[in-house]
Amino acid sequence: MPAVIEGFDLPSLRAQFPALDQEVNGRPLVYLDNAATAQKPREVLDAIAQFYERDNANVHRGIHELSRRATENFEDARARIASFMNASEPAEIVWTRGTTEAINLVAGTWALDNVGEDDEILLSTMEHHSNIVPWQLVAERTGAKVRYIEMDDQGRLALDTLSDVLGERTKIVSLGHISNALGTVNPIAEITRRVHDVGALIMIDGAQAGPHRPVDVQELGCDFYAISGHKMCGPTGIGVLWARRELLEEMSPYQGGGEMIRIVERDGSTWAEVPHKFEAGTPNIAGAVGMAAAADFLEGVGFDLIAEHERTVVGYAMEQLSQVPGLRIYGPDSLDERSGVISFTLGDAHPHDISTILDSEGVAVRAGHHCAQLVMRHFDVAATARASFYLYNTTDEVDRLVEALDTVRGIFAV
Amino acid sequence: MIEPTLNSLYQQLILEHYRKPRNRAELPEHTVEVRMYNPVCGDEIRLQLRVDGDRIAEAKFIGQGCSISQAAVSMMTVKLQGATLAEADALVSQFINLMHGDEAAARDRTLGDLRALQGVSKFPVRIKCALLGFDALQEALKQSRLEAGAQ
Ligand SMILES: Cc1ncc(COP(=O)(O)O)c(C=O)c1O
Repeated sequence: MPAVIEGFDLPSLRAQFPALDQEVNGRPLVYLDNAATAQKPREVLDAIAQFYERDNANVHRGIHELSRRATENFEDARARIASFMNASEPAEIVWTRGTTEAINLVAGTWALDNVGEDDEILLSTMEHHSNIVPWQLVAERTGAKVRYIEMDDQGRLALDTLSDVLGERTKIVSLGHISNALGTVNPIAEITRRVHDVGALIMIDGAQAGPHRPVDVQELGCDFYAISGHKMCGPTGIGVLWARRELLEEMSPYQGGGEMIRIVERDGSTWAEVPHKFEAGTPNIAGAVGMAAAADFLEGVGFDLIAEHERTVVGYAMEQLSQVPGLRIYGPDSLDERSGVISFTLGDAHPHDISTILDSEGVAVRAGHHCAQLVMRHFDVAATARASFYLYNTTDEVDRLVEALDTVRGIFAV
Repeated sequence: MIEPTLNSLYQQLILEHYRKPRNRAELPEHTVEVRMYNPVCGDEIRLQLRVDGDRIAEAKFIGQGCSISQAAVSMMTVKLQGATLAEADALVSQFINLMHGDEAAARDRTLGDLRALQGVSKFPVRIKCALLGFDALQEALKQSRLEAGAQ
C-alpha cells in the first residue's frame, strides 16, 4: 500500500466533489476520464451560483451597482488567472471558450498576419486535433507548409531530429505541454530556447498541464500559452490565452462586436485596449469567476501535494496494469516523463468494448482516438482505452480498474 | 461473475464473428461500394455488393472496429448472399426494430445470427456500432437503385 502523504487528506478532498459521490451501474463511481474533463469541487459550484444569485449583470457597461460588481468579479478573475500562470500583468490574459479557441485566436490573427507562402508551421505528431487543424487552415489560406516533429517508440518527441524540421523558414511552433493521448510531458523550456534561436515564436497548448502543475509562463519563456477551465476543476466554456503584452498589442482583433471597440464610425472603427480587443460580445462572466475559484482551489490544495499524490497513484496504476496479461501501455516508461494519463490496449478486445465493460462496473474511462489520430497512427492502432487520473483518485480505484479489466479478460479470453 | 446484461451483450456468437468474420475480403467484381466511418470511435466498414438485377449476388466487407460493429456486419453479409433488394430492405428495418428492443424482432428467425445482437438494445451508446454496417447497406441499396434507374 502506498504511503500516506502528509497534509493531503484524500477523504475530505473527495468529499468536496459532489459528482464523485454516486453509484453507476450499482457500483461506486470510479471516474478515470479526467483528461476529458475534471469534476468540480463545491467551492467552484458555489462561486458560480453566488455570482448568478447576487452579482449578475453585464460587464463594462453599466454604472449601476450590479454592473460594477460583475465587472469587478470578472476583472478580479482575470487577475487571479494572471497570478495562476505567473503572467506579468492581468492584461496578458485573454478569456476564450477554452484551449481550442485560444489556438484558433492565435492562428486566425497572428498567424494569418505573419505567415507567408514560403514559411513553415511546426507541430508534432503528438498533438490534439485542436492544435493541428487551426494551423492546417492557416496553411491552406497562406500557402505555408505544416511540418511535424516525430515521436519515438515511447511516445516522446524525437528532439534529436528537431533541427531537421526547425529552421529559418519556421515562423511558429505549436506544441502540447502534456499529451492527452499518452501523458508525455514535453521539455518546453528547452524547446522554446531552440525555437527562439531560429527567430520563430512558440505557442504551448497547456490544456493538460494547467490542471496538474504550476504553469509559469515567464519561466517557460514561450510566446503564447493556452489552458481550459474545465480540465482544472473549473466550468466548461471558459479558458485563457496568455501572451506577452507587446505581442497582443501588435495582433489584429479576433472577432468584431461590442466590448472590443473604442470608437465605431461609418467607415471603420478603432480597437479597445488589450486584452479587451480580443473579447467581442458579452463574455462568459460566470465561467471566469468559476475558473478563478478553481485556481484558488488547486493552489489551496497545493500543486506540490497534488503532484506527489498523482505520482503515487499513477505509479501504482502503471505497476498494477503492467501485470495484467495481454495489456500494453503506450507512452513513456518513466514516471518522470509522464503525467496522469495511461493509454492502453488489452489483447484483441477493442477499446470500445473495454469501455462498455468497465462502465458496467462503474469505472469510467475513455476509448477511441482521443482527438489524436496522428498518435494512433504512430503506434499503428485504431484506438486505445485511456485511464486518466487526477488529484482525487485513489489507489483503491486503481484496484477497481484492474478488477474490471479481469472481466474484460474473461469475456474476451485474453 | 459477469453481470447478466453484460453477458447478454457479449454473446459467444458475437465474439466468434468478431474473431472469425464471414465474408471479410475484397470483392473485385462489386457493382457498388460504400464506406462508412464512425468519427466518434474510428470504426470503419467498406461494404461491397455485386448486385445482379434485383438480387444481391454477393456481399463482402473490409472493416475494423469494435466487436459489435464487426460482428454485426459479418452476420449481415451472411444474410445478404442471394437476397433480393426487397429482402435486404426488410432485413434493415427488422434489425433497426431489434435495436429498439422490439420483442417480435427478437423472435424473428429470419434475422439469423443477428438475433444474438439483441442485447445491444440495452446499451444505447452502442446501438450506433451495431448499425454501422446497416447504414452502409442502406446507402448501397439506394445507390444500386439509382444506377439501375439511370440505365
Ligand atoms: C492536449 C489538449 N489540447 C486541446 C484540448 C482542447 O481543449 P478544449 O476542448 O477545452 O478547447 C484538449 C482537450 O480536449 C487537450 O487535451
